[in-house]
Amino acid sequence: MAEVLMCRPEYYTVSYKINPWMSLRRKPDKSRAVQQWTALYRALQKTGITVHLIDPVPELPDMVFTANAGLVFDHLFIRSNFRYPQRQRESAYFSEWARFHGMELRQLPEGHYFEGEGDALFFGEVLIAGYRFRSDIKSHLYLGNIINRQVLSVELVNPDYYHLDTCFCPLDHTSALYYPGAFDLYGRRVLQRVVPHLIPVPEEDARKFCCNAVVHGKNIILNICSAWLEKMLLDLDFIPTILNFDEFIKAGGSSKCMVLFLKKQENIADESSIDITALL
Amino acid sequence: MTAASKTIIIQGHIIDSLSLSKVFDEVIGRGGDYFLEEIDIGKTKTDLSRARIKILGPDEKTLSSILNRLHQLGAEVLEEASVTLMRATSDGIFPEDFYVTSNYDTEVRCDDKWIKAQNTCMDCGIRVDTTLKTAECIKMNDVKKGEQYVVGMKGVRINYTEKPGKRKRFAFMDSGVSSEKPKRAMIMETARFMERIKSTQCGRIVAVCGPAVVHTGARDWLAGLISNGYIDLVIAGNGLAVHDIEASLFGTSLGVSLKDGVNTHEGHRNHMHAINRIRSSGGIRQAVQKGILTDGIMHACIQKNCGFILAGSIRDDGPLPEVITDTLQAQKRMKEKLKNARLVIMLSTMLHSISVGNMLPQSVRTLCVDISPSVVTKLADRGSHQAYGIVMDVEAFLHELCEFLPHPTKNEQVLSSPADKPPCGC
Repeated sequence: MAEVLMCRPEYYTVSYKINPWMSLRRKPDKSRAVQQWTALYRALQKTGITVHLIDPVPELPDMVFTANAGLVFDHLFIRSNFRYPQRQRESAYFSEWARFHGMELRQLPEGHYFEGEGDALFFGEVLIAGYRFRSDIKSHLYLGNIINRQVLSVELVNPDYYHLDTCFCPLDHTSALYYPGAFDLYGRRVLQRVVPHLIPVPEEDARKFCCNAVVHGKNIILNICSAWLEKMLLDLDFIPTILNFDEFIKAGGSSKCMVLFLKKQENIADESSIDITALL
Repeated sequence: MTAASKTIIIQGHIIDSLSLSKVFDEVIGRGGDYFLEEIDIGKTKTDLSRARIKILGPDEKTLSSILNRLHQLGAEVLEEASVTLMRATSDGIFPEDFYVTSNYDTEVRCDDKWIKAQNTCMDCGIRVDTTLKTAECIKMNDVKKGEQYVVGMKGVRINYTEKPGKRKRFAFMDSGVSSEKPKRAMIMETARFMERIKSTQCGRIVAVCGPAVVHTGARDWLAGLISNGYIDLVIAGNGLAVHDIEASLFGTSLGVSLKDGVNTHEGHRNHMHAINRIRSSGGIRQAVQKGILTDGIMHACIQKNCGFILAGSIRDDGPLPEVITDTLQAQKRMKEKLKNARLVIMLSTMLHSISVGNMLPQSVRTLCVDISPSVVTKLADRGSHQAYGIVMDVEAFLHELCEFLPHPTKNEQVLSSPADKPPCGC
């Protein structure tokens, strides 16, 4: 059974600007945000995911984006070192929650920025890790040592896609969505070598945060996308749940940003443990 | 491009994530250069890889911009430590664990500044004067008690002037030594380079010669190059001079007629008679002045005031009065005279080629011509990696080289008739 961590959007707003999507003149509508968050919460439960909640904290509006809290690997919780001071206070609350729930805490050295699952996504045995705007590449070295897995660093080159989970989305053990415009030539080559079926999404879908999707087995929960992408997902036998997350896009996040995986579904874990090099 | 440099370390899964390729491309793309000093590649997917890379920039500003970018890519600049110095406790003996030089330009870090070690030369120690802020490569025999020398590796950096695979046209044959490589273009490039040196008057051209230059009948070509000002210094042993003089006095080389290639009657005595005649004249210079020696390599050297060093060996006959029989003295003279060398052409001599090679910085163009491929290989094996090899007969080489130069350069009989003397080439 898969388990995730979410945070109610009680204090969610845009009160500072730390990415190109944020604007102090375009605040989110609170009631709509609550509705959208609740729709995600229910959709996750519907797919069989157990959702844990952390209490929101006043003046930490981005706590709703739990994916950035850290990276969970087995019983380890590798806490984030947020780049921006506005989010740094979140770490203490997430760490406390993880410790309380029996996880072993790991922390990267000070000064090495790392923003959790927002910039680190497993594809099979390999951890794909983004860097430049939020995480820095040196954190990947420590990450590799902690999890004893291959960490492939890819540089993000487009500030609109400041986290890896805004432009890359593993679907299963052979395929993934990505937005090519977020990566340089080297990053694209790395992804092309690792992912046997790498599906580029057009800019239109990328800007709707369609790569920022929650995938659970054959279920995929994402923001309103193009008909092309929906059909493509159906053709791949996925069951898309398409919801509206426009209130969260105002802060640069969508469904995946609001979910931190604590545990993946067992059969997916089994599939993902296949050595993908054998498929190349 | 050695104006500014720093060493970086990059580690992680740098091969599969293409980080290393990206670092290389970024450096070149931003106008710098790099030298991969060390790489340790992980064996399994989870093993980390690590590379130590020297980054070179044309100036500090460019280097700084490159390093800023590399920092984003995960590179760390290595801390720069000062050298450790120790005093020599006796003449002729370096301190224990002294730093042994290569033939690459080397700098030492002293009081937070990099100082270039002068007189780059392999197998030396580096003497540092902390008051004058100078450093110099010193041979073991020249060590004086109380001088300070670099010990250990800390605070020493090497400027690699060229990388394999990055050479320009002159490096036509830089992928090893083979008798089956095209030679004409290489010889033509050599001729162009010689002309360039002469026209810019920047640096000297040195010929290091073995007696085969005379045996093969190439002496007139070499004498022509000297007479026309293309050669500034000849380094050889007793043998070359003896057989050159033998050829001049008797028309033979080791008793073999240079005209028709047959052994002459009692010809094996000729070289001893030649030595005796020069010794009785007081030396080569005196023999030329007295009109006893009227052509050939040594004659051209005297006439053109081209320097020559004849370094003796244990098997020498005579030797000729100009031969330096003290090996250490000969080494010192050679090292001193090679200081401004820009091009060194080594002609059919293994031992002199290796000894001269040992004294040259990597930045000096070195061309080794020999009929035997193993000579060039041996030269490279002893650290003179800058040496280019041409596997061919030395007479054919010199003949062809002269054809590429703009003036008639063979001294064939011309010196006996001043009116026919070829115009000076410089």
